[in-house]
Amino acid sequence: MKMPLAPVDRALRWGLLALCVLVFVFLLVPVLAVIPLSFNTGSYLTYPMTGFSTRWYEDFFTSSRWLPSLWNSVLVGSVATVLATTLGTAAALGLDRMGGVARQALNALFLMPIVVPVVVIGSSLYALFSALGLTASYLGLILAHALLGAPFVVITVAATLSGFDRRLLSAAMSLGATPWQAFRRVTLPLILPGVVSGGIFAFATSFDEIVVTLFLAGPQQRTLPLQMFDGVREQISPTITAAATLLFLVSLLLVVTIEWLRRRGERLRGSAVE
Amino acid sequence: MVRQPISRLTRPRFAAWLLVLPLFLFSAATFVVPIVMMLARSVQDPELSRAFPQTARLVAQWDGRDLPPAAVMNSFIAELRAARGTEGLSFAANRLNSEISGFRSMLLRTARTLPAAPLDDPAAALARIDPRWGERSTWAAMRRASGPLTDGFLLAALDRQRNDDGAIVRVPEERAVFVSVLIRTLWISAAVTAFCLVLGYPVAYLIASLPAKIANPLLVLVLIPFWTSVLVRTTAWVVLLQRDGLVNGLLQRLGFTDQPLALIYNRTGVLIAMVHVLLPLMVLPLYSVMKGIGRAPMLAAMSLGARPFEAFVRVYLPQSAAGIGAGCLLVFISALGYYVTPELVGGGGDQMISYFIAFYTNRTTNWGLAGALSLILLLATGLLYVAYARLSRSSAASA
Repeated sequence: MKMPLAPVDRALRWGLLALCVLVFVFLLVPVLAVIPLSFNTGSYLTYPMTGFSTRWYEDFFTSSRWLPSLWNSVLVGSVATVLATTLGTAAALGLDRMGGVARQALNALFLMPIVVPVVVIGSSLYALFSALGLTASYLGLILAHALLGAPFVVITVAATLSGFDRRLLSAAMSLGATPWQAFRRVTLPLILPGVVSGGIFAFATSFDEIVVTLFLAGPQQRTLPLQMFDGVREQISPTITAAATLLFLVSLLLVVTIEWLRRRGERLRGSAVE
Repeated sequence: MVRQPISRLTRPRFAAWLLVLPLFLFSAATFVVPIVMMLARSVQDPELSRAFPQTARLVAQWDGRDLPPAAVMNSFIAELRAARGTEGLSFAANRLNSEISGFRSMLLRTARTLPAAPLDDPAAALARIDPRWGERSTWAAMRRASGPLTDGFLLAALDRQRNDDGAIVRVPEERAVFVSVLIRTLWISAAVTAFCLVLGYPVAYLIASLPAKIANPLLVLVLIPFWTSVLVRTTAWVVLLQRDGLVNGLLQRLGFTDQPLALIYNRTGVLIAMVHVLLPLMVLPLYSVMKGIGRAPMLAAMSLGARPFEAFVRVYLPQSAAGIGAGCLLVFISALGYYVTPELVGGGGDQMISYFIAFYTNRTTNWGLAGALSLILLLATGLLYVAYARLSRSSAASA
């Protein structure tokens, strides 16, 4: 049953709707405005566009500055992801078997890099690493990126473990499986979606990271975000819009994969219960 | 095979600790230790006590009136002679130069020209090399820097210093920057939070009241900026907001303005870009609380005769308070530590505390001051985070 609305209330309702539309435009327009410009023929970053071309992408993939920075991002991101995923998965498995204060305290410690302002982490690491000779090195950058990515792995793996039925492990062991076999054949397949999503989160964190990288990277370790940072600060060339579009597509791909894994995990768990 | 031999590893407790240990050690080495060291630097003052250990101890005992006794001067001359050409002397000279500018060259010249023979009247000998050695303020600076602990950096982060008598005073007007930086940081964070609430509340309300089929895609739209690299978004804002950018073109064509407006490299640009980044952090907690409220309370109020707006203000708004609190705290905490966005789309007068932490770490090496500023930022973040954790726990318990 609908009540007739007074004109004031109808105006309010339309006002709410209009405001929401404006907010969505605000949220999306920046990204949507940049993508077309990356296909522009002209070198001015203004509309109207003068024609369609892929010259800025060619520039990106042939430039001696952009391509190496992409490889640096991929290299640092991959190694940091492997490190963060291994450490984070093991820690989540361990936390799952612990209880009480120790578990809470360790969990808080592991998640803290998300809460602490990145600039504090970056500046502290810079001070320590410069004493150890780790600034301007791949190792230093990888360690820092792994630190920032590990909390996401702990979170996602812990989430999959919270729905994990421990009796499956007892069943496997009672049928003669060693702990390692039980882990590989029972635990691992069940937590794998969590491990993979955590790894993707860790990679995305590293791939986007700029603050800690500003402190720690040397001329050899210039990552894609660092290259863009300098580009935005000095002079915006259309190649930046091509780089931004590529970066945007990568994050979109990662989000879609994580969402797909999450749905799949939910389905699998749903069918396991039935 | 009936039973596996039970190795030590199968003992659940031991195995659990063994699994946690690698990340624990890693976090300790790359997170806890560096941050504790950085914060410790904010109260450490080691240079002088390292270069002139005995003098530092003696000058710290001096009462600060007139000039220090001859024992201090004699020890200083002996240790200065011994420190000639060492790295420690250079560090001490830099430290003293931050107390009084010109101290560095005076100290190094004194070290070079000190006569080799023992001196009868050390004070006169020093004053012959440089008359400033005969001034009380020179030795007061040495006393302030005598370490090994100091409150100087923490005071400096609040625009305070100790004068020659050891009392806490304001620094001169032209050097007072940090209090205004702290106020600016709080102000920008508060403004961003307010804008996010005004823009985010209606959106969360709309999404929560829609059926899942429409609500889910809209949530994804909210999340897209959150997932987009901060540099992509910043690039986009620079492109859009520059002098002859899209927004200015639109405003001129629509007749709102004749001349292009300054929308970027100032406070406006910082607010626009930061609200854009942090809006999802407001919408998500609001949405999850609103989802729990549902439509029933509003409908009940309206069926009792309340007009929709009245029902919203008196029934819905109070129930969504927990979401408002959580969203505001989350946005405010994140905004406090912002660095890249103000650096790229702000002007010189829009830099927040993080910028100065980076500045004193990288460009001007003053890790004591960087540590003091980090301590302030961490304390503010930590306190607010505890409030956030309380709030979200109590709202989860009541839900």
